[in-house]
Amino acid sequence: MMTATPTEVTTVTLSINGQSVTAPAGTLLIEVCKKLGAEVPAFCYYEGFSLQAACRMCLVEIEKFPKLQASCTIPVSEGMVVRTESPAVVAARKDMLEFLLSNHPLDCPVCDKGGECELQDMTFRYGAGESRFTEIKVHTPEKQWSPVVFYDAPRCILCYRCVRVCDEGLGVGALGIQYRGVGAEIIPNMGDHLNCDECGACIDICPVGALTSGAYRYKTRPWEMNHVGTVCTHCSNGCKTTLGVRTDEIIRGNNRDHSGINGEFLCGKGRYAFDFNKHEDRLTSPLIRKDGQLVEVSWSEALKAVATKFSETQAAGGSFGVIGGVHSTNEENYFLQKFARQGLKTANIDHQRTGDVPALLDALSGKSDVLATTDDLYNTAAALVIGSDLAQQHPFLAYQLRANGRHHNARVYTVTPGKVREADYAAASLIYGSTAELFAKLDELRDRLKAEPELVILFSDAVKGADVAKLVAYGDSLGIKVKYVALVDYSNSRGALDMGLLPTLGPGYHAAPVSGLAAPDMLAAGLDVLWVMGADPGKGNAKFTVVQDMFLTPTAAAADIVLPSASAYEKSGTVTNVCGQVQKLKPAVRTMGTKPDLEIMGLIAREMGLNLGIWTHDHVLTEIRSSVAGYNVPLPVIQTGGAAQAQPVNGRVPLDGRPELVQSAQDTLFTSGTLGRYSKALTSVIEYPGKLYSDNQ
Amino acid sequence: MTFSPDLEARFEKLVASYPEGRTRSAVIPMLMYAQDELGAVTPELVAEVAKRCKVPPIQVEEVIGYYSMLHRKPQGKYHVQVCTNISCLLVGGEELYHHASKKLGIGHKQTTADGIFSLEEVECMGACSWAPAVEINYDFHHHVTAEKLDVLLDSLKKPQ
Amino acid sequence: MLFNEPHPLETRVLTKRMHEPGYNGTVEAYERYGGYKQFLKAVEMTPDDIIGEVKTSNLRGRGGAGFPTGMKWGFVPRQSPKPKYIVVNGDESEPGTCKDRVLIENDPHLLIEGCLIAARVVGAERGYVYIRGEYRYLIDIMERAIDEAYRAGWLGKNIKGTGINFDLRAHSGAGAYECGEESALLESLEGKRGNPRIRPPFPAVAGLYASPTVLNNVETFAAVPSILEMGGKAWADLGIEKAGGTKLTCLTGHFNKPGVYELTLGFPVEKMINEVGGGVRGGRKMKAFIPGGSSCPVLTGDEAWPLNMDYDSMAKAGSMLGSGGVILMDETTDMVKAALRIMHFYAHESCGWCIPCREGTAWLKKLLTRLDAGSGSARDIDLVGDLAKNMLGRTFCPLGDAAALPTMSIVKKFRHEFEAKLSRPVSVPVTSPDQLVSLG
Repeated sequence: MMTATPTEVTTVTLSINGQSVTAPAGTLLIEVCKKLGAEVPAFCYYEGFSLQAACRMCLVEIEKFPKLQASCTIPVSEGMVVRTESPAVVAARKDMLEFLLSNHPLDCPVCDKGGECELQDMTFRYGAGESRFTEIKVHTPEKQWSPVVFYDAPRCILCYRCVRVCDEGLGVGALGIQYRGVGAEIIPNMGDHLNCDECGACIDICPVGALTSGAYRYKTRPWEMNHVGTVCTHCSNGCKTTLGVRTDEIIRGNNRDHSGINGEFLCGKGRYAFDFNKHEDRLTSPLIRKDGQLVEVSWSEALKAVATKFSETQAAGGSFGVIGGVHSTNEENYFLQKFARQGLKTANIDHQRTGDVPALLDALSGKSDVLATTDDLYNTAAALVIGSDLAQQHPFLAYQLRANGRHHNARVYTVTPGKVREADYAAASLIYGSTAELFAKLDELRDRLKAEPELVILFSDAVKGADVAKLVAYGDSLGIKVKYVALVDYSNSRGALDMGLLPTLGPGYHAAPVSGLAAPDMLAAGLDVLWVMGADPGKGNAKFTVVQDMFLTPTAAAADIVLPSASAYEKSGTVTNVCGQVQKLKPAVRTMGTKPDLEIMGLIAREMGLNLGIWTHDHVLTEIRSSVAGYNVPLPVIQTGGAAQAQPVNGRVPLDGRPELVQSAQDTLFTSGTLGRYSKALTSVIEYPGKLYSDNQ
Repeated sequence: MTFSPDLEARFEKLVASYPEGRTRSAVIPMLMYAQDELGAVTPELVAEVAKRCKVPPIQVEEVIGYYSMLHRKPQGKYHVQVCTNISCLLVGGEELYHHASKKLGIGHKQTTADGIFSLEEVECMGACSWAPAVEINYDFHHHVTAEKLDVLLDSLKKPQ
Repeated sequence: MLFNEPHPLETRVLTKRMHEPGYNGTVEAYERYGGYKQFLKAVEMTPDDIIGEVKTSNLRGRGGAGFPTGMKWGFVPRQSPKPKYIVVNGDESEPGTCKDRVLIENDPHLLIEGCLIAARVVGAERGYVYIRGEYRYLIDIMERAIDEAYRAGWLGKNIKGTGINFDLRAHSGAGAYECGEESALLESLEGKRGNPRIRPPFPAVAGLYASPTVLNNVETFAAVPSILEMGGKAWADLGIEKAGGTKLTCLTGHFNKPGVYELTLGFPVEKMINEVGGGVRGGRKMKAFIPGGSSCPVLTGDEAWPLNMDYDSMAKAGSMLGSGGVILMDETTDMVKAALRIMHFYAHESCGWCIPCREGTAWLKKLLTRLDAGSGSARDIDLVGDLAKNMLGRTFCPLGDAAALPTMSIVKKFRHEFEAKLSRPVSVPVTSPDQLVSLG
């Protein structure tokens, strides 16, 4: 991990509840207390955001101070004597709660937050169980600000967390405060509704039930759900989303324990766009084309039909083409290419390429520690974003950079085809027209970047093919430590590359023994069989098409056999994010009639009598770990929900010279390929489908 | 949105009154003066002030409800503000307010049907030594009695 | 022109010009009466010497908090590369206070000269006079005076060849008591909601636009020219030890002759009421006395009579000198109603930032409304005292204390008046079902 230049830190020694503790001077008392285990309650204080000192819950007793002090704004100093649970402190907290509860509706029995509410927890801890309030409470009706955000002002305790996470965290600033005194309340930026990222960070950060999720509200009680922490299956950033599951149904997605690489971040896709999973158009039965129509058949009939077709075609010396998925697991993609290359003996294998990772790895040959992680984005002294509207296309990466700017004064430079949100705090924001102009703009920045101690360069598909090597040469010319991120689109776009879903490259970017056709060529080659797993490349001219998918995509609709597959929220396996960090999926639900792609492939292989090894995710992962360079990731890390970065190659990569095949789909915050089209949450917001480079913040 | 030449001149001076990049400082005075001309803070005014002060509209919205002199609904041609805070209360401010309310037939923050008067019971307006005090629009009236108020309101009601 | 008949017991220092025949507060008139000479004197002095004189004068902030002005100016990091600002707090809104109005209305150039001297001390090139929105006519007066000063060369670039540049502007508030609190005023001046800021850093170090800022009350700035004129020592000697000079004192409430009078610090309360203020209205007894605005703890008449009008004397008696807004209540005063009206004000003016003030003032207002209307219980009286105590010292800014202190003192000292208004005998339990219904 890169760190900012260390500065001289002096430490002070103080006493907290009789325990002596040493901490860097200037650290906030509340943080020092927390580290010591003397937890000081707070509603408004939230690590990483600006200080408010508004809730007065964190009052503590400090010797020599005549009054109780808010520990969230007091820096520790030498010799301080602090008591965090003295009778005066406990009484003050109880009194603050009594004030807070005076106008609070106490509708806990029906409040979404009941059971995981910080106000409930504090009341439980400090009392104020009896109310002396016998007046009429202030009441205003609940408001709906968007399909996914509701605000109930009477429940609001005005901690301003939502305002800050939106403004400081996301850079959106869609929330404000209206009125004053006891009538003060939060307001949305469009008067009566929101126009924002619809990320729901405000809901997540709300300590009470004031901000609730349109997708979740009044559906269940938190303790009735199982909470399954898995990896979001939309974009490539690899955020952890915790799926709340009741009776085989995902009720909500949120960021329950902040244990993922994404910390407190989650965008609307991770939070709401799980709903594609139970869309009524979800395929739940295999389909076979009979008399021109796709008709529902049993799994055994469908599998037998596929196996028979594959075997007969192989026996007849027919041609195959295989296209894998960018949401499929590493295990599935590995198994798919193995099936294709060893089982079907075809070299025609590809997937939807969205970023030129092979060219980057080739250009970085011989260098080590040059691939940035999401942590690096938070810690680097400087970052350069090329050709991406990061806040739209890679929202977590954008969040990391913004947090880095806010906390460490990191400099962010952007070179993009249009205005991006980063411009509001960037050290420099340049706009380019053509790729040639892009490099000219980089030259303009050269001297400023040379003055930086280190740099992370993030680049989109705007830089591909030979330009990638040119970019790395540019990085080398700066004379500073540079790390890179080749931006790719989807949850396992990176894994599909690493697992060798390319016509010229096998797993780990080794040259495939035989080169095959790329996806567009396969579609046009009149192949005997085209096998598509979790992709929608369109109707080609293959004589027979087999599709595994969750939905009847245009490709599936034109296919001869369609096998309903399980979603990422229904299976195990690993995925690799845009920074090469490998994480494990955890199945949350099952959808009757579907099967995970790995199981489907295994069953086809069995029907064909092929021995491709045991087809469980664990076994395939074992094989990947032993055969794909860099994927020997520590199992305890990923088994426990952590992320481990894989650097799959350090050497020259034989490139196929087809950079034109690398095309980002240019999804926004509100689109996500097929999955996005089937998410009613995403398509219901006014911002849908969104537009890149139109940031008006 | 354009304003009267006087107000445009004032705004030009106002925006130039603050250091470079600090035009947000002009938001509150601009709202005050524009409100006087328009009669209320309208949604169009919010957008206009946001544009002129180079801030997101929500930052303008935030201050409107905070400051008690900014109002979204038009007030009467004569906005009668009667102070009932402690110093005025002691010398009949409350009775004066009730008298005004009865005379005008309207209550707190209400406007007469003809739009001529609106009434507000206000907090201390800084006329404590000359209490009870009434402020009509921006004109202070001191040592006000019910009789003096009657004369004053009657004179305002006459077409001028 | 707004002022009362001068009283012989007054010591007219800040207000000396405004009673001169024909004095109209224009720049010409101000200059004619020796105006702006102290600024020119300040130019010849070093900043440290000026601060020294102000310290010697024992001038304490006239807005209510009474912080020593010289010390405050000394906190400004003059070497900082950031621009410095002068900000005048003319948001006079403490109930019972109407003195800054007199100064701005009658002698605005005195304030400008005070600002110029402060600007000279810290090297500020910009200043703002923040005036509450209700005082629109004063903003107009201030703007006219500023225009005059520019024309006469007392503002702008290279003032009178001194090499000093200083721009001053009047800035309108829009109705918020909280903006009288200095950090909230700065927020407001920056175009935001008037929520107070976390301190430290104090405005002297990080004030307007996070830059070093001299922020004082109108009267404080207006006192500075006379300090340089008389010398700090002579100015201090007008008052008493630790509190120099004069104070514009607003006599409000049940005085026979209410008005704004300039009295020396330490002026006896008895003399102030009976001689300057012409005695208690109608020759009645004084029931209660608030020395400096409604935020101060209320004193009973008996407590107040022997005191002097200065910081220490009032503090010893359990109250504060505050802003100089004296509120006198005679024996006819309904103290429950007074407590309610005071709390009504704080509940209306609470900015809502912190929990105890936001919820506490609103709750107390409802409780006091019931008690005043005769539908309270004995327990409610205790609750009023208890809630006020629970706010005290725990709120983000002093507004919570300002609401709590008068309330606590009234409940304590005039409890019998609350009891006299109870709806039923004190012994009836409040949990009886009919009462719960009647409370709504």
